[in-house]
Amino acid sequence: MMNITYGCILLLFASACVASIDAHDFPDKQMQLRHQALIEELRCPQCLNTNLAGSDAMIARDLRREVRRLLVDGKSDNEILSFMYERYGDFVLYTPRLHMGTIFLWFGPLLFFLAAILIFLSIIKNRRKSAREEVDREELAAILRAHAKDLD
Amino acid sequence: MIAELGHFSLILALGLSLGLTTLPAWGVQTGNITLMQCGDSIAKGLFFFLLLAFLSLCYAFVVDDFSVNYVASNSNSALPPQYKISAVWGAHEGSFLLWTLVLGGWTLAVTLCSRDLSVDMRARVLSILGFLAFGFTLFSLLTSNPFERSLPVFPVEGNDLNPLLQDFGLIVHPPMLYIGYVGFAVPFALAIATLWSGRLDMAWARWSRPWTNVAWAFLTVGITLGSWWAYYELGWGGWWFWDAVENASFMPWLVGTALIHSLASTEKRAVFKTWTVLLAISAFSLSLLGGFLVRSGVLTSVHAFAQDPQRGMYILVFLIFVVGGSLALYAVRAQGIKSNTTYSWSSREAMILVNNLLLVVATAVVLLGTLYPLAYEAFSGGKKLSVGPPYFNAVFVPVMVVLFIFMAISQRSRWKDTKIDLLLKRQGWYVIGSIGLTTVLMLSLATFKSYVLLTTTIAFWILANLLENVFQRVNRKRWNWNYLLTQPLSYYGMLLGHLGMVVMMIGICCTVYYSVERDLRMAPGDEIELAGYQFKFVETRKFTGPNFTSDQAEIVVTRDGQEVISLFPEKRFYSARGSIMTEADIDPGLFRDLYVALGEPLAQSAWGVRIQIKPFVRWIWIGGLLSALGGMVAVGDKRYRKSRRDDLANFLKI
Amino acid sequence: MWARLPVIKNKSLIIPLLLFFSLAALLWRSFSLEDPSLLPSQLLDKPFPEFNLEDLHSSSRIRNAHDLLGDVSLVNVWATWCVNCLIEHPVLTRIAQGGVTIVGLNYNDDLQKALAWLDRHGDPYSFHVRDNNGTLAIDLGVYGAPETFIIDESGIIRYRHIGVVTEEVWAEKLYPIINLLRGKSA
Repeated sequence: MMNITYGCILLLFASACVASIDAHDFPDKQMQLRHQALIEELRCPQCLNTNLAGSDAMIARDLRREVRRLLVDGKSDNEILSFMYERYGDFVLYTPRLHMGTIFLWFGPLLFFLAAILIFLSIIKNRRKSAREEVDREELAAILRAHAKDLD
Repeated sequence: MIAELGHFSLILALGLSLGLTTLPAWGVQTGNITLMQCGDSIAKGLFFFLLLAFLSLCYAFVVDDFSVNYVASNSNSALPPQYKISAVWGAHEGSFLLWTLVLGGWTLAVTLCSRDLSVDMRARVLSILGFLAFGFTLFSLLTSNPFERSLPVFPVEGNDLNPLLQDFGLIVHPPMLYIGYVGFAVPFALAIATLWSGRLDMAWARWSRPWTNVAWAFLTVGITLGSWWAYYELGWGGWWFWDAVENASFMPWLVGTALIHSLASTEKRAVFKTWTVLLAISAFSLSLLGGFLVRSGVLTSVHAFAQDPQRGMYILVFLIFVVGGSLALYAVRAQGIKSNTTYSWSSREAMILVNNLLLVVATAVVLLGTLYPLAYEAFSGGKKLSVGPPYFNAVFVPVMVVLFIFMAISQRSRWKDTKIDLLLKRQGWYVIGSIGLTTVLMLSLATFKSYVLLTTTIAFWILANLLENVFQRVNRKRWNWNYLLTQPLSYYGMLLGHLGMVVMMIGICCTVYYSVERDLRMAPGDEIELAGYQFKFVETRKFTGPNFTSDQAEIVVTRDGQEVISLFPEKRFYSARGSIMTEADIDPGLFRDLYVALGEPLAQSAWGVRIQIKPFVRWIWIGGLLSALGGMVAVGDKRYRKSRRDDLANFLKI
Repeated sequence: MWARLPVIKNKSLIIPLLLFFSLAALLWRSFSLEDPSLLPSQLLDKPFPEFNLEDLHSSSRIRNAHDLLGDVSLVNVWATWCVNCLIEHPVLTRIAQGGVTIVGLNYNDDLQKALAWLDRHGDPYSFHVRDNNGTLAIDLGVYGAPETFIIDESGIIRYRHIGVVTEEVWAEKLYPIINLLRGKSA
């Protein structure tokens, strides 16, 4: 039963989560661009993985208006993101904040990259070793041939 | 009645797949040739019954048999006929049946196109594919049976297909994607068969190459179509969202790309044997993981199918069995395999190694970002975290930039060893030339941007190296252009594949940095100027479609007084589901798209309107299709066709 | 054949298997997690946000956070467009009859429709705050309706329930918490 109701809720949400267009006028173009950037950066809390810009859900509309209000009030981008963070938590920010829980998220890629360099170097080094072995084998063959000659 | 036929066919397919798993394998273990060869006919039967099941479901959709649950919840008698067919794979059960059918198709293809495989290897490969088919069919029957009826009471009208999916894109995108996804099962099966037989040799790499190429090409087409579909259908002009499900299809693609390159070095130079096997296992494992992520509901995504933990549990167990088993076999059987081939650090082998490592890092980065929210929730006691496009762009793009720099340098590399001065000769001039070309391009578009300078310069630099490669071949034959006709198809495949990436890079770069966008309120008669185009809002009118009603606006676009086009964006209301859809209208062009979408109705017959101009956006998809074409062309290479004779010759030599 | 374990000389070949098993363990764990679309509240154990909003029944009367003090209460976010709010309405009525203060937060709604809705289905709430622009809802981190908060007698948010309050939810989750909070204050 729970699953069924939940499924229905999802459906309603999903249908609301399509493109949305607000026709707000901003005092200047700069602010409009900041507004656009902010609503693309913030996640709609109700939908399945869409940002505020891409959602028609009621909460997304309210939050867009809130972003606009805060911008007109002269708040900085950071203050607006913090405002949302205090209310909706990590979930609402598409760029996760750096804290203890996200250290590996932010530094993992660097770690992978360094590991790749190490693996590359170690493979190249091992290859040299086997290359040398091959040379050694040729030398060995030459020595053996020389021995064979001596025996003749 | 037909639905029962489909259900019965699916049960028969289950039985046949069990036979396909066991009989050839038993033949291999006991040395019984007849048993080994029976796989061919079982595979044909398996495909036949899967096809029959699939066609029965199609039939149920066409005749609006709403007593079948799946039809009732995904179709409607007013749904246009072409969408009734695509509705078959519009939700979980049917799309999984398609997935299984595609696997059956690939298995059939193996029986038809691998005469050069030895009898025991073919038996092994078929047995492995049979096991996968068994797992898929069982999953279908146990947890997601599309033929389930709701008798005696059933709805007289269906719930309709999700309007987002009522579109040409959905007719073609999933089948292409699935052919690609599931296609990696063949190199996977070949890799496992090789480990099983213990004969990890170059012949294995040559068998795998064409299969990998075809699967990769289909996956490329599938992803490209998905991106195009999202662009025009979701109504806000985005073409890639770093959504969990997109990532799920992107990861096998990245590993598949690495596999194509690594197979080349394994076949030609007998290097990286175990590594290549690991990539073949990983590519398919990531496909399965993708299936798990989409269908289990552990991740929230715009694409997620109806969520059911039981299904997720089944796939997870299957995943652990298949992938865990394969990797365990790998750990045991890849022991002691060494290649004695030598190569220098500037050789083509080394370049391919760099390519592979970077692609694996890229995959790992995408995987980290996709699964991190899950891990975070698991370890923080239920706290939620979002990882979105800004993160992926920040960590993925740098890896790609390094990869593309190597793509430019490596075009000249030779097997075994490349002299450093050969590798670097003239490259300085190419870079300078590319910077010049980029600057011209940027100034013609708008403004100088440092990111564009970096990426587009690299794109032109790669292009310079590709062209040089062609010219040098001709030059060596004293400018005899006919010489190009004698080049193997795989050479052209390589050129096209890389050219596609160059085209895509330019497209992505220009779209991201030079798109202009305005959201505004427009009433009839209003006019606005954007990047040299005049957009005039003429009027809106209502009209009725087969299963929706629509408000359609007319917007006339002019430039320098000349009419360019009239665009008709719509806001549609689909009554069966009560959902509203934004249908954008687009004037496509090679160098720019004009994109107009309708928002909400406002007071006094005015509407919210979004107008976008997206330069070079088509290049993204053209690039993807060119690369896919490259993958296909390479398969036509003569080498793969005469390999059987070569094998015999090799055998006699030994 | 299986008489002895295979010899693994090159240990690095096991790494992919180990990586895969840790991944599988993570995925396994994710099944035991709650619904992926439910967000925990950021405001747990923090004071109820400040607000100055009209009372639904008389627009001249301004309500603020002080009106919530003094008793353990439920704050229920509802609206006439919310189908599920109708489902939980009888349960809320029974809870109110049992002596629990329920404050309504009428969220993004039409005034006339809201009043008619209450006339028709009954009004078990002690009062309603009219949040027409969703500002208080945003301060509460609400993203849909219905949602229900438990506030202690000094105005601190102690619990948040997303979705319908059923008899089950009441008996197993909300009631024990309310009891506990009342016990503390007594």
